[in-house]
Amino acid sequence: MRGYHDLGGLPAGPVDRSEHEYAPWEKRVHALLALLSAPSRNLVCTDELRRGIESLGEAEYDRLSYYERWITSITNILLQKGVFTTDELGRKLAEIEQREAKES
Amino acid sequence: MNAAFAAGDRVKVRRAYPPGHVRTPYYIRGVTGIIERILDAFPNPEEKAYGRSGAPNQRLYRVRFRQVDVWPDYQGLPGDTVDIEIYQHWLEPA
Repeated sequence: MRGYHDLGGLPAGPVDRSEHEYAPWEKRVHALLALLSAPSRNLVCTDELRRGIESLGEAEYDRLSYYERWITSITNILLQKGVFTTDELGRKLAEIEQREAKES
Repeated sequence: MNAAFAAGDRVKVRRAYPPGHVRTPYYIRGVTGIIERILDAFPNPEEKAYGRSGAPNQRLYRVRFRQVDVWPDYQGLPGDTVDIEIYQHWLEPA
């Protein structure tokens, strides 16, 4: 079966070649992967990241932006490896939501 | 790992569809080409994708395909080619 990410040869629109600024959170996600894949940690390698992205399911893959796919895959891998728990993640996300609500 | 193929050898890309992270493009599976050059050997990315070491290293080749062999409706020049880097376990003698 053809993976939904494996598009070579399929009809597609023109490629958007314009340069665009990356948001700070996107740069942070990229830096995060560099730190996680450093030989001293070896927690997430590029091939694991790709496998995670390529198993998100087509609908989710299409819905998410480039770095949203990255952080979703990284999160799943770290959960699978027990680096943090779903409960810890859920509490942290709620904490950040509350903090941002207060600030705005 | 020693190279099983030499530059100039005709090879066919295996028609296989394993799950996981696979670097052999879908469109090239089943197509025959020629070894353009032998590259280095690397940990197998398909194994690394599952958090394993990828040992033993897999030999990588640059394989050259005629565009007319890749795309049945190719409109370009008959001599046009495409080079793709493919791991040894995806290749068989042709």
